[in-house]
Amino acid sequence: MNTLSKTPFRRNALTAAAGLVLAGASQFSTAATIGLMAPLSGPQAIVGQDQVDGFMLAVEQLGGKLGGQAATVLKEDDQLKPEIGSQIVRKFIDKDRVDAIVGLSFSNVLMASLPRIVESGTVAIATNAGPSPLAGAGCKANVFSAAWQNDGAAEAMGKLAQDKGLKKVYLMAPNYQAGKDMLAGFKRYFKGQVVDEVYTQVNQPDYSAELAQLQAAAPDAVFVFYPGGMGVNFIKQMSQAGLMAKVPLYSVFTVDGTTLPGLRDAAVGSISGAMWDAALDTPENKKFVADFERKYKRTPSAYAATAYDAANILNIALGKAKAGDAKALAVAVKAAGSEFKSVRGTFAFNNNNLPVQNYYAFEAVKSGGNVVGKLIATPLPKQSDAYHAQCALK
Amino acid sequence: MNGTIVFAQLLNGLQYGVLLFLLAAGLTLVFGIMSFVNLAHGSLYMMGAYFAATAFQYTGSFGLALLAAMLGSLLLGLALEFVAVARLYRRDHLDHVLATFGLVLFFNELVRIIWGPQPVFLQVPEFLGGAIPIAGFSYPAYRFAIIVVGLVVALGSWLLINKTRVGMLIRAGAVNPAMVAALGVNIRLLNAMLFAVGAMLAGLAGAMAGPILSVQSGMGESVLITTLVVIVIGGIGSVTGAFYAALIVGIVDTLGRAFLPFMLRQVTERSLADAAGPALASMLVYLLMAVVLAWRPQGLFPANR
Repeated sequence: MNTLSKTPFRRNALTAAAGLVLAGASQFSTAATIGLMAPLSGPQAIVGQDQVDGFMLAVEQLGGKLGGQAATVLKEDDQLKPEIGSQIVRKFIDKDRVDAIVGLSFSNVLMASLPRIVESGTVAIATNAGPSPLAGAGCKANVFSAAWQNDGAAEAMGKLAQDKGLKKVYLMAPNYQAGKDMLAGFKRYFKGQVVDEVYTQVNQPDYSAELAQLQAAAPDAVFVFYPGGMGVNFIKQMSQAGLMAKVPLYSVFTVDGTTLPGLRDAAVGSISGAMWDAALDTPENKKFVADFERKYKRTPSAYAATAYDAANILNIALGKAKAGDAKALAVAVKAAGSEFKSVRGTFAFNNNNLPVQNYYAFEAVKSGGNVVGKLIATPLPKQSDAYHAQCALK
Repeated sequence: MNGTIVFAQLLNGLQYGVLLFLLAAGLTLVFGIMSFVNLAHGSLYMMGAYFAATAFQYTGSFGLALLAAMLGSLLLGLALEFVAVARLYRRDHLDHVLATFGLVLFFNELVRIIWGPQPVFLQVPEFLGGAIPIAGFSYPAYRFAIIVVGLVVALGSWLLINKTRVGMLIRAGAVNPAMVAALGVNIRLLNAMLFAVGAMLAGLAGAMAGPILSVQSGMGESVLITTLVVIVIGGIGSVTGAFYAALIVGIVDTLGRAFLPFMLRQVTERSLADAAGPALASMLVYLLMAVVLAWRPQGLFPANR
């Protein structure tokens, strides 16, 4: 009994002592710990893998350091499940005591993880989401998105369709929140006639029924949002039905580095809205794409680009803020947004901590044996999102 | 809504049904005759697609890709039967589910390790690349090819089961395996062959679906669920039942997706129809299954016992 009651005390004492030593060390420490959370298993694993690889590439280019401090990057797989994501965030903050959290997965996982991040004040940079609640009245001083406001790319496609003078457009998306948001974003800038809005099942493999309806409607163009495997299925089948030549395809998050290996020629001629593509002709981007291809033997996607940018933002911010001061780091990150050289061209954090950036239109074209993006227009230059005015931050 | 579009949608339904049949034939035999629940059937379908994609990448020939998919999944089926499945026949269904679900996770991870997390590419063969115009509509030639292959397999399996000695043994083994074994037939070998042939058909389905779908890890799961619906509707263990049920499910699902949202718009306001239509269309085959189970629990076309 005696020994039993003693043991916990001794363990506590030891932990406390170790804590003291660690706390003492951290004041003079030259180490930065970053928690990177992304979906690394399941159908969207490639999205997470690109973020990890993009981030690690930047850290490697910076000599394994962020802001002059040796960087330790902890990687966790949220499996695209909100409950697992929020557990990981708690672990990062309470156990690992990270300086910043990066990645944060899809909107639903990000929103579930948000309460603990806000409570702790830890700096968080999302590299794959920018949900509207976080962009509007619910914006937070320590939560950033280095990716996009979710509607941005769809708005660019709507603007392009409007600029091109298209009269009748057909809209398609999977039947869930992001699908509805994308179509809403498109309609915010497109003022012509929407022939039909079709919502399909999430992860539906076969689109023959919907393609027959699309063919019968004979619109000027079709706008779709089909991320991942859904997009590969849809575009392959649309191309096989001989519709690519008849109905121009506009899309967002559908034709990108993650799906092109499965699409190849089927995607030729389609137009995508995005804030980044491997084709962007800036010195930073050329270096990023070349280094990424050399290291990982594949073309990076926008998810790799946002994570790469996030690492470079943190590099500047961590160099300025005093270690352990989360508030100062948040301020430094905000400032770093307009100081660092983004691979996507112009970039700054808006008052709501979401990007002010260009949204481009890329056409998929054949080049050599490959299918690559080609910049055809910049429908929304230096675009602020539609929600930033509702945010109380300065 | 005119005649041509209904016709085009019926063709779509037929094609989807035929593809489902390729999967359901193997699954229903293994389930009905060996009383073995095989959730890994979808993984064999996925492996078939990957085998085909890999063979196509190296040879450039779609015929060889199909052959590689069938041979590869046949051998994989044999290996699987020998290593895992044969030990499970006498255990109860829950053990089957547990073990084969484990296999699903295993195969999903395996393809990710070998082929990577990105979808791999498999294209429609050159000579089937075009679209055939029918009454003002263009219909992909490749989908006609799927219909033809499916019908040929259906005819072949009907002949095998009803007209050959092996088929007779299969049917006998389903009714009374102990008696068949007592008569000197190697029922163990028969089961292994049956499982392997089922795997081969799943591989063929995967290879045929490869050019229209995204070949990626986990592609077998969603189609497996629909296949289970098919064999329940058709009557477990009946290949004929699986054929008719696959066509019914294919056509009901396709027509539901195509026309239900529009029909709902006639009777209710647009926003409600847009929200309810797709949801209702996706439930349609399950509703059908529920009705069949309530009305004829043994399925629409049960195996003759």
